[in-house]
Amino acid sequence: MKLHLKIWRQNSATEKGAFERYTLSDVSADASFLEMLDILNEQLIAENKDPVAFDHDCREGICGMCSLTINGVPHGPERATTACQLHMRHFKDGETIVIEPWRAKPFPVTKDLVVDRTPFDSVMQAGGFVSVRTGASPEANATPVPKPIAEYAMDAAACIGCGACVAACKNASAMLFVGAKVSHLNSLPQGKPEKDRRVVAMVEAMDSAGFGNCRNYAECEAVCPKEISLDVIAQMNRDYASAKIKQFFAPAES
Amino acid sequence: MSSLLKKYLMALTGFVMVGFVFVHMLGNLQMFNGPDAINEYAHFLQTLPKGVFWGFRITLLASLIIHVWMAILLVKENKAARPEDYSVNTSVQASLASRTMGISGSFLLFFIIFHIFHFTVRSIFPEYQSEAFYTALDGETVYNVYKMVVAGFSKTWVSVVYVVCMAFLCAHLAHAVSSMFQSLGLRNRTWKVRLDRFAVLYGWVIFLGFIAVPIGVLTHVIKPESSFTGTPAEALVINTNLSQ
Repeated sequence: MKLHLKIWRQNSATEKGAFERYTLSDVSADASFLEMLDILNEQLIAENKDPVAFDHDCREGICGMCSLTINGVPHGPERATTACQLHMRHFKDGETIVIEPWRAKPFPVTKDLVVDRTPFDSVMQAGGFVSVRTGASPEANATPVPKPIAEYAMDAAACIGCGACVAACKNASAMLFVGAKVSHLNSLPQGKPEKDRRVVAMVEAMDSAGFGNCRNYAECEAVCPKEISLDVIAQMNRDYASAKIKQFFAPAES
Repeated sequence: MSSLLKKYLMALTGFVMVGFVFVHMLGNLQMFNGPDAINEYAHFLQTLPKGVFWGFRITLLASLIIHVWMAILLVKENKAARPEDYSVNTSVQASLASRTMGISGSFLLFFIIFHIFHFTVRSIFPEYQSEAFYTALDGETVYNVYKMVVAGFSKTWVSVVYVVCMAFLCAHLAHAVSSMFQSLGLRNRTWKVRLDRFAVLYGWVIFLGFIAVPIGVLTHVIKPESSFTGTPAEALVINTNLSQ
């Protein structure tokens, strides 16, 4: 396959970036998207040029490191697929492919296609955990979890924190990510005791990071490689409202 | 104010206005029942107990102001959250209505302001305040809403602007009516499908209900008041005969 690439190049967060054009000939249709970029980088290195920086780790669709917006769609045209699991056979011979980083103020570009997703860590530190006693592991059947709730929590827990939801949202909102974490932990008996404190803290962390606001476009749901549904945003909205009402009517501390 | 509180206010104030437009549309359709029907209905609204009358007005005005205010705050934050836009800007599944809420909403705001000065304050065409626009109904002098509406929509440009604005209302509702439930957390995968369909249906019902009146006036299905001769009571009889 012959491919024309238009790739965002940016030296650092403070410098201005611009697109650069490259042409690759003889790319295998069985190559993954990241392998195609590896081929480009080998070519650039051979020409003594600066290779394109892009994030990757597991290359099997579970680590959430790749952050490529391909022809305007985070992770590219295939549904429920990360960029590393996307193969070149989904593109046409001679096609021009535009590759950009995630674009959101809380995710500044570190270099080229690499963005800093630290605000997701801040959201997790605010409430994405269950406070438990340490010690011997508890007996497996001591806390029964109904099957539908276990399934629902597992679906929400499938979030790999890649940030495609933020990248796809026209408002750069992180509500699918935060909703997934809130729904996962708030639905299980182990997470329930801290339900109210968690949702309030995580929404606060999300707001202070400077993400936009959800307008129910459902673009996030369409690009999520783990197909997390808008249901988790509805649950976050519901849990936050109930937490705030309980907080408002809480008995005064003496 | 947290992002979610803004969303709740947007949804709740929107809910008030969504309900209002339906009742308003039903009221407008009284135009097809002749002058006395709409004039009596308008008189009934005008003579509601002061507390109820102003209660409605203040609730609606407050809803509008909060809705617009929240929209401005949210849009400002949303713009700030993406300082550098994509060079390829596509949508995978976002509906046209959802992507144009700002445009449709802005048109509606201008429409509402115009509409209030046109028909409520009646300062755009001051002749609507003259004595010619009052009529007798059951021995009382009441405002002749029928004559005012016919006079208003007989100007073709007014009707055209009105129909265009109602198309924006239709688009706004097609996203809003389902979206407000999501914002309040009252939706799931099953109900999303149902509410999305209901929202589109609701938008169309409101659109067709509202535009029926200017179309009726322009096509003379709604006749000018002068065609009803004699006392208003006789006019009602003539109109009833016509509709049979």
